[in-house]
Amino acid sequence: MTTTALPTSAPLDVPINREGIAVVCRGVTKTYGTGQAAVRALRGVDLLIHSGELMMLVGPSGCGKTSLISVIAGVLDRDDGECTVFGEDFAKMKPHQRTAFRGRTIGFVFQAFNLIPTLTIAENVAVPLLINGWSMHKAVQEARGILDQVGIGDRYRDIPARLSGGQQQRVAIARALVHKPRLIVCDEPTSALDHETGERVMDLLKTAAVGKDRSLVVVTHDNRIFQFADRIAKMDDGRVMGIVSDVKEL
Amino acid sequence: MFRVALKMLVGDSARFFGIVMGVTLACFVIAQQGSIFIGIMGRTTALINDTTYPDIWVMDPKVQYIDDTKPLQDTQLYRVRGVEGVAWAGRLYKGMIRARMENGTFQNCNLIGIEDSTLVGGPPAMVEGTVGELRRADAVIVDEAGATTRLARRTGNPEDAPIPLAVGDTLELNDRRAVVVGISKGTRTFQSQPMIYTTYSRAVSFAPKERKSLSFVLVGVKPGLDAQEVCKRIAEQTGLAAYTRAQFRWVTVEYYLKYTGIPINFGLAVGLGFLIGTVITGFMFYSFTLDNLRFLGTLKAMGTGDVKLLWMILMQALVVGLLGFGIGVGLASLVGWLNRGSALAFLLPWQLVVVAGAAVVVICMLSAMLSMRRVILLEPAVVFKG
Ligand SMILES: Nc1ncnc2c1ncn2[C@@H]1O[C@H](COP(=O)(O)OP(=O)(O)O)[C@@H](O)[C@H]1O
Ligand SMILES: [Mg+2]
Repeated sequence: MTTTALPTSAPLDVPINREGIAVVCRGVTKTYGTGQAAVRALRGVDLLIHSGELMMLVGPSGCGKTSLISVIAGVLDRDDGECTVFGEDFAKMKPHQRTAFRGRTIGFVFQAFNLIPTLTIAENVAVPLLINGWSMHKAVQEARGILDQVGIGDRYRDIPARLSGGQQQRVAIARALVHKPRLIVCDEPTSALDHETGERVMDLLKTAAVGKDRSLVVVTHDNRIFQFADRIAKMDDGRVMGIVSDVKEL
Repeated sequence: MFRVALKMLVGDSARFFGIVMGVTLACFVIAQQGSIFIGIMGRTTALINDTTYPDIWVMDPKVQYIDDTKPLQDTQLYRVRGVEGVAWAGRLYKGMIRARMENGTFQNCNLIGIEDSTLVGGPPAMVEGTVGELRRADAVIVDEAGATTRLARRTGNPEDAPIPLAVGDTLELNDRRAVVVGISKGTRTFQSQPMIYTTYSRAVSFAPKERKSLSFVLVGVKPGLDAQEVCKRIAEQTGLAAYTRAQFRWVTVEYYLKYTGIPINFGLAVGLGFLIGTVITGFMFYSFTLDNLRFLGTLKAMGTGDVKLLWMILMQALVVGLLGFGIGVGLASLVGWLNRGSALAFLLPWQLVVVAGAAVVVICMLSAMLSMRRVILLEPAVVFKG
């Protein structure tokens, strides 16, 4: 087993070289609720994600995977610890800065696709550009280019409901790519798809989304797609228990 | 992003239709009922508007509205004439009289007697004949609406159309012969009874004998004088009530507002329309937002700020508001227009359109506010929840 770089026991005050590093989490905690009902979802997560890698977060249901990528993506406030994305800390930003930073830097792929049902495929893909202030016309042009890349360029005028699940996830991936974010987070991107479709979607993510300056974090408990990971972080009980680079080592 | 908001709204066509219908309903009820209310209120003052053309109406101080006549001594005319600033003053008789129809049935009519010499106080327009012809023996003028409906002659056969009363026909008013010399055109009055115009002295002779018969003194003000000032002088010097036209109209309308169920009735209808419209719109708009919460959350996660999301919701509310307002007021106008010339009192002034518009704004704001609350409280992290 090759457990890598950042020892889970690294003291928080030891500086690390941030060159080529996308995400640094150290001692991240998150508790939902208070008192009797409190759930300690994250109990001190240490994790380092490099630029250009596909990092998978795996582990049993309820171990805190979704909570962790929510913190990394800046949609959930952590309680304690350190977490930076490309050197920036969401906790130190004002709300509108945080929103704008998300809009520029992060792409999202969801288990349930979350495509807006009344928009066409091209318009759905264009949304992140619209959020960043593009005009509808230019954004849709750009979106069509990306749709070509993910192999459904001919369906750009359809509405999502006319597409199969696999096709819809391709649209969602196009949407996550269109504004060229440096970090893409995917929560169970294949769990609504059959195995074969899931593999093709992962193939697409691996080839189209991972790049020199872009990292992917993919949350999954689907062991059939582990093979697409560069590294895998095993989580349990609110912690990262270890990191492996080879599926066989799991 | 506004395009996105618009498409989210319009794309859900069934819901969109429902929300617009809610606003339309409220707007229609407010505009339509309001118009009828204003139309009816207008009719209560129809005779004041139609009487040509005194500056001031003088009457017993206890008179509460135009149909509430309290006869004065004839000598009051001279006292009014004596007031400084009065250019002319004429008598007006206003009463009810029974007209006997050819088939022996009776019809209650308004009888208006206007000053014999000047013929001031007559109808505003003539369809046939002239007011001057009232100087002929037994002459009366009948209003067009009365002549064609209630005073029209019916043949024995109920399938035949009634024959309108025409110039040259005779009537029996309180057992006295009257000859129709003209047909006038005026605003329909509240009670919608036929109007019969004649001279003051003939009116008094037609009417049942009473000790006093002078209903109103109509006054013209000397040029350059303020009518209100002259009103004050008349009141001081004669002890009578003197109102300008506008004041008398208000006195009359106020009476109907205060002492009849009409405003409450229409107020209830308008209030109910508003309430139902608000509930439908608010509920459907809110449920529209709830159904879209997942997508609003997605937009939020992907970097749409709260302020932008709120604007999007506001714009959606505005769009349904504008549409509903347009359709509602349009429908109300259409209904009014289709009923033009019928007995329906309908008057849609711009002020009422503004009121309907304000109601729509309130409805949309309430609906949007409910939804906005949800969007503000929305945690973007919900997007990851299965
Ligand atoms: N909004 C929330 N409120 C309360 N508890 C939550 C909330 N979200 C998640 N949890 C709890 O936190 C724990 C971790 O959840 P999650 O991060 O979704 O795990 P995973 O994605 O690995 O299944 C679970 O026990 C879950 O029930
Ligand atoms: Mg999860």
